[in-house]
Amino acid sequence: MKISKAFLAAAAVALSAAACGGSEQVVLLNGAGATFPNLIYQKWIIDYNNANAGVELNYQSIGSGGGIRQFSDGTVDFGGTDAPMKNADIDAIGGNVFHIPTVLGAVVATYNLEGVSQTLRFSPEVLSEIFLGRITNWNDARIRSINPEASLPNQEIVVVHRSDGSGTSFIFTEYLSKVSTDWEETVGTGKSVNWPVGLGGRGNEGVTATVRQTPGAIGYVEFGYAMLNQMPVAEIQNLEGVFVSPSIDAVTAAATGAMETMGPNTDFRVSLTNAAGTGTYPISSFTWLLLRKNYDDASKAEQLVEYVWWAVTDGEADAAELGYAPIPSQLTPWIRARLEQISVDGTPVWSGQ
Amino acid sequence: MTDPTPDAPRTTSRSVGGDLVFRATVTAAAAIVPLLMAALFIQLALGAWPTIKEFGLRFLYTSTWDPVAEIYGAAPMILGTLVSSIVALLIAIPLSLGVAIFLTEFAPQRLRGPIATMVELLAAIPSVVYGLWGIFVLIPVLRTLVVPVLSAVLGWTPFFSGNFQGNSMLAAGIILSIMILPYISSVAREVIRAVPDSQREAALALGATRWEAVWSAVLPYCSGGILGAIVLGLGRALGETMAVTMVIGNRHDIGVSLLEPGYSMAAAIANEFAEAASTLHLSALAEIGLVLFVITVLVNSFARLLVWRVTRKFGAT
Repeated sequence: MKISKAFLAAAAVALSAAACGGSEQVVLLNGAGATFPNLIYQKWIIDYNNANAGVELNYQSIGSGGGIRQFSDGTVDFGGTDAPMKNADIDAIGGNVFHIPTVLGAVVATYNLEGVSQTLRFSPEVLSEIFLGRITNWNDARIRSINPEASLPNQEIVVVHRSDGSGTSFIFTEYLSKVSTDWEETVGTGKSVNWPVGLGGRGNEGVTATVRQTPGAIGYVEFGYAMLNQMPVAEIQNLEGVFVSPSIDAVTAAATGAMETMGPNTDFRVSLTNAAGTGTYPISSFTWLLLRKNYDDASKAEQLVEYVWWAVTDGEADAAELGYAPIPSQLTPWIRARLEQISVDGTPVWSGQ
Repeated sequence: MTDPTPDAPRTTSRSVGGDLVFRATVTAAAAIVPLLMAALFIQLALGAWPTIKEFGLRFLYTSTWDPVAEIYGAAPMILGTLVSSIVALLIAIPLSLGVAIFLTEFAPQRLRGPIATMVELLAAIPSVVYGLWGIFVLIPVLRTLVVPVLSAVLGWTPFFSGNFQGNSMLAAGIILSIMILPYISSVAREVIRAVPDSQREAALALGATRWEAVWSAVLPYCSGGILGAIVLGLGRALGETMAVTMVIGNRHDIGVSLLEPGYSMAAAIANEFAEAASTLHLSALAEIGLVLFVITVLVNSFARLLVWRVTRKFGAT
């Protein structure tokens, strides 16, 4: 009696699952990683799951470091990261990874200066000297010379940085390392670094709160966060010498500018900071999905590639309103070429629609 | 009068099976705690081994924390945890003892319940809310009202010198003091209430004032319990993470001045663990956990010893 009841219950569950999933079996795809693209990844997944009964995607925003760890350990089918994997980490998993860029993000400088209504401009030198603690007052001649119209007060500069390990810090310090040899030698690039000066705030919201509460503060936050919260953001001088304020187009332009140096067979782990192009915002970066070159399960691999292709084509339309810059459309053929190489037992699983 | 004869013991045969099971169950429950402690210690020590091997004792007294160059020294965090907790105790002890004495000795009966409940409600507020309150209310008040006075009066001492940027050791200490106040005051209140009325009556009969009665008859009688209450508060202050990281400034520097930013051990772990990728970085964070664990055990053992000595001294009264 007991057994038959349990059996009936199991059968009922199986039936209802089958009814929901249609006649095909539902393919479960798990991913984990970066928190920065979480907003758009969740939107994509909801839309895609609703439109495709045969697949059930799932992404957990546990941080880039955790994403790389879980992807390398094989506990998830795909990863997400804001900082590309290091060569040593790629070698450790036998090179079995593709970095696929999905959207672009940027880091902006925000500040709290009473009585200054103009948008401030920073050159790479000024920005790095401020974060190195060598420019300590807002009325420093080097700031004034590029901001002639602003009436800069005689006030101490309070630097605010992220205290938690973060892809935002990685992009920002990577930019500073590129434009300043002193920064590269004394601090370097990383998700957590040894900041020469300043206060640490936890998360974008922590930095924002500290900047807003501290007169004379300057900090850096993620572009989409600053846009949604309507914070004052500085114009940054790019490689061509033009001061550019961060915008969706200016960030996408960074990828377009960087494509000149990439070539179709790139592994996409390229830095977009200080990229070429007059309209380029210089502190921009890709965020990547991590896919395996070789999967064990053909139906999983096929569904995953199908999804990623949808995301980087149709999905890009969602980017701007959520505060992300879409990848340039010139890039999608290169991504397609990479997706077509993903295989199971040496056989590619996908050849486009 | 002879003692009443105790009831004959119950027939053992009926309950011995059940008793054995019961005894085994509670023994197992009690054994879990020391086993967990041991497991925690071993796990942390294993996790910390790469940094222990690499840096040895230097980890404890150097102050460079550079994940890029893979150099780790935790002195600022260790000091920050201790200093912010001591500041918290300095503020919270007089305040919470005052609350406890008022509620037990002086407050009108109808006020006791509501005030006691309000104090206990402080313990129910999530620490992230304390942190937000610290950023948006406490720090601006400190900046505009408190610190100018402190600097003017005590600015000559190294403890209140220098530039106040908002997030600081002082802000962290004050937030912590509010957070541990309910723990100290509720326990202290219960302890003071347990002092027999004969103590107070005896002191008053000798002509003592209310103040003298409390100070010389009531508090010494229950000093062991009050020390216990303080230890409970200290334990909470040492481990508090979220509220501290939101106001302490998260700066890897050793400063004498309370107006300067600092760091704490728990805050460092919470901040960096999620994105730490290299073995040495993870291991350094595990070693911070280990140090925090050892400090907590040491502080608690020291306090136990203190309680034991005090109760022995006053045990006869």
